[in-house]
Amino acid sequence: MTKLNVNGRVHDVQVDPDTPLLWVIREQLGMTGTKYGCGIAQCGACTVQVDGQAVRSCALPVSAVQPNQKITTIEGLSPNSTHPLQQAWVALDVPQCGYCQSGMLMAAASLLAANPKPTEAEIRENITNICRCGTYNRVIAGIKRAADANARRG
Amino acid sequence: MTHIAPSSRRGFLKASAALGAFTLAIQAPFIEEAAGQSAPAAATAIPPEVNAWVVVKADDTVVIRIARSEMGQGTLTGLAQLVAEELDCDWAKVTTEYPTPTQNLLRNRVWGDMSTGGSRGIRASHDYVRKGGAAAKIMLVQAAAESWKVPAAELTVDKGTIIHAKTNRRTTYGKVAVAAAAITPPAAASITLKDPKDWKIAGKPMARLDTRDKVNGKQVYGADLKLPGMLNAAIKDCPVFGGKVRSFNAAAAMAKPGVKKVVQVGETAVAVVAETWWQAKTGLDAVEILWDEGPNARIQQADIDAMVAEGLTATQAFIGNRAGNMAEAMGKAVLKIEATYSFPFQNHATMEPMNATAVWTADKCEVWCPTQNGDAALAAAAAASGHRAQQCEVHKIHLGGGFGRRGWHDYVTQAVQIAKQMPGVPVKLLWSREEDMLHGRFHPITQCRLTAGLDADGKVDAMHVRISGQSIVAGIAPNLLENGLDSRVFQGMAQGGNEFTFGYGVPNLLIDHAMRNPHVPPGFWRGVNLNQNAVYMECFIDEVAHAAGKDPLEFRRALLRGAPKQLAVLNAVADKGGWGKPAPAGHHRGLAAIMGYGSYVAACAEVSVSRGGEVKVHKITAATDPGHAVNPQQIAAQVEGSFVYGLGAAFYQECTVKDGRMEQENFDTYQALRMDEMPAVESIVMPSGGFWGGVGEPTIAVAAPAVLNAIFAATGKRVRRLPLRHADLKH
Repeated sequence: MTKLNVNGRVHDVQVDPDTPLLWVIREQLGMTGTKYGCGIAQCGACTVQVDGQAVRSCALPVSAVQPNQKITTIEGLSPNSTHPLQQAWVALDVPQCGYCQSGMLMAAASLLAANPKPTEAEIRENITNICRCGTYNRVIAGIKRAADANARRG
Repeated sequence: MTHIAPSSRRGFLKASAALGAFTLAIQAPFIEEAAGQSAPAAATAIPPEVNAWVVVKADDTVVIRIARSEMGQGTLTGLAQLVAEELDCDWAKVTTEYPTPTQNLLRNRVWGDMSTGGSRGIRASHDYVRKGGAAAKIMLVQAAAESWKVPAAELTVDKGTIIHAKTNRRTTYGKVAVAAAAITPPAAASITLKDPKDWKIAGKPMARLDTRDKVNGKQVYGADLKLPGMLNAAIKDCPVFGGKVRSFNAAAAMAKPGVKKVVQVGETAVAVVAETWWQAKTGLDAVEILWDEGPNARIQQADIDAMVAEGLTATQAFIGNRAGNMAEAMGKAVLKIEATYSFPFQNHATMEPMNATAVWTADKCEVWCPTQNGDAALAAAAAASGHRAQQCEVHKIHLGGGFGRRGWHDYVTQAVQIAKQMPGVPVKLLWSREEDMLHGRFHPITQCRLTAGLDADGKVDAMHVRISGQSIVAGIAPNLLENGLDSRVFQGMAQGGNEFTFGYGVPNLLIDHAMRNPHVPPGFWRGVNLNQNAVYMECFIDEVAHAAGKDPLEFRRALLRGAPKQLAVLNAVADKGGWGKPAPAGHHRGLAAIMGYGSYVAACAEVSVSRGGEVKVHKITAATDPGHAVNPQQIAAQVEGSFVYGLGAAFYQECTVKDGRMEQENFDTYQALRMDEMPAVESIVMPSGGFWGGVGEPTIAVAAPAVLNAIFAATGKRVRRLPLRHADLKH
């Protein structure tokens, strides 16, 4: 039995300790917003936050996460899609197929939490998630827009 | 009129999947329903459709039926815009749904072609979907006129409100929808569509209809589907194309937790079915499989390269385009320029790996899957199930990327083959990334030798383009070959037609194809043959211009006198891209232009190359003339996205064969373009009217040659073998 704190709720999960966090989130907890893309931490579709840090959950055994660590998935990013990034994503129509966007948003949210006003170069360097549809320029614009909204809000 | 209620079923799926409380849909009488024996409308609270394309609910919500698949390209929104434009409904109240392929079959293909490829989503259905919207409007207005007992001609419509100005009466589509459903539809021929200059919804940069669920994790993709009692499957197909399963030992896998069954799938694959996918995957890793790899296991990439190279000089070839007398004119040439290019196998690498969920019983089969072609998915499901198509149902789900891969339904066949071995149990088959990389339908391998003969004035008097290599059609649908010739090989180089016409005026021309088909299964890969043909032709034209001592823009302009629309997009990017003007220090520019998928596209790339050979693409200015632009902001998104796809391929992507199988198994050895390499893109959408071209694919083709030509300008080096990571660009 493993205890996991996901989106503010503590779950008891019965699972092989080698199981990647991604599959525990998707299959044991039933939250499918976090995606499987590669299984080797290359593409970032599985990005969640562990204590605010962006983590690629497909290559992280669930046993490596401590019960007191706070996991946030796309479902827990905000109530009602109100995170400034989500609002920017809607305003700019960022997603195309959308499959990578949960991971993209979680990586971007982690970046903004650490660096509220990133330069474009910092955005490009930090967000290494793969999007095959090619939404990168709108992702960059979305992050800038959310950063601006945060700045206005103080 | 037959009233079906696909919305009830799809809405049910969506709502229930989100709640994790789906009642197995195969218990619902969908087939009877589709045959016209549905429950009364009141029972399902779905009003009768006005026609196949339009349902209006009592609250004035308009449900527009979309036959093509949404895979990110925005077609769902664009098609809804076209219907809504003619319907004159309130855009803010528009929702959409997919009719199922079985409903299409049972209703005599009322929704036309469901295939979503070749950038055809909008250009091949704009006429009948707009007529669908217009016909629904006529019926709704007629219903109001009849209830008010006034001539329909006296009524006007504003955003779904029907107005009789004379008597100051108003009603809404929602209030007359049930009556409208009983009205005889107007004949399609009697319908006059709006002039595009009067468009208010189409032609405008409307927000996509499918964005919100994609920013909060709610969008259900095939890989996310949940059904009660559902099991999960992982699969391993023989890694050597053409190989088979000789035997397998399931004992170790069966001992693992959660594993329910280990099954052979067809002749070539083994799958493990377990409670969770992770259990299935780890179970599969424990299955000892002995393959019968067959003779293909001896094939290496060098063998394929040699086979394709041999075709460059072969005496026999299929002729795709011919003018004048090439051989004679070439003999008289004052200057001859020759170059050979090559383009590799590539995998689509959609972000969402292939998957399908199936449940099979003795008399029915039901499938949920992301597909680019619902009709073909149904055919695959029927064939694998052993049932008639009418006994099967396919539920389309938004795709986590398609790019051509999901027009081929091997994953549906497999899912049904697995489900058939566990009757009544829904099984979701999800491929691992490795399986997805090893069992793609690969972009075809080709090489091209181009020869140009210049006259004393430096004009191109003769040109021979010899393409050698793989035919997709020969591998996928040989019935489409024309006396052995695959006309699709000549995309962008075709003689006439309205899709892929060769734009350059060369008096003595021969473009031919030596077909050389290796054992690797080919497929349509976003942009298809236009991608490499644009590299071949646009880089070579650049070479010829330099050999003739001419500016590449001026040289192209002279050759494009007979292709004014291609010339116009070229001029647009040259102008906006700053051609001929000083570039920032160290930056160099390159051009490309071509016609593809009925549209005209051009690009001007701005690139720098460090002394050590590192390439940086700073900016690409792109122009697209698609005739009509249904959603300009989505066209811009497609152009940007296509450059990511095209540049990722140009820089990095290559699948190579070793011992008969592909060597690249994941994104570590098959790199995609990432954000740090993404250039700024200025997209010029310049619809000139009078025709309908596609937008999802054509601009991919100009990205690579524009960049390669800019690299030449920067380094003096020609990259003729793709991907360009092989090239040494130190200078």
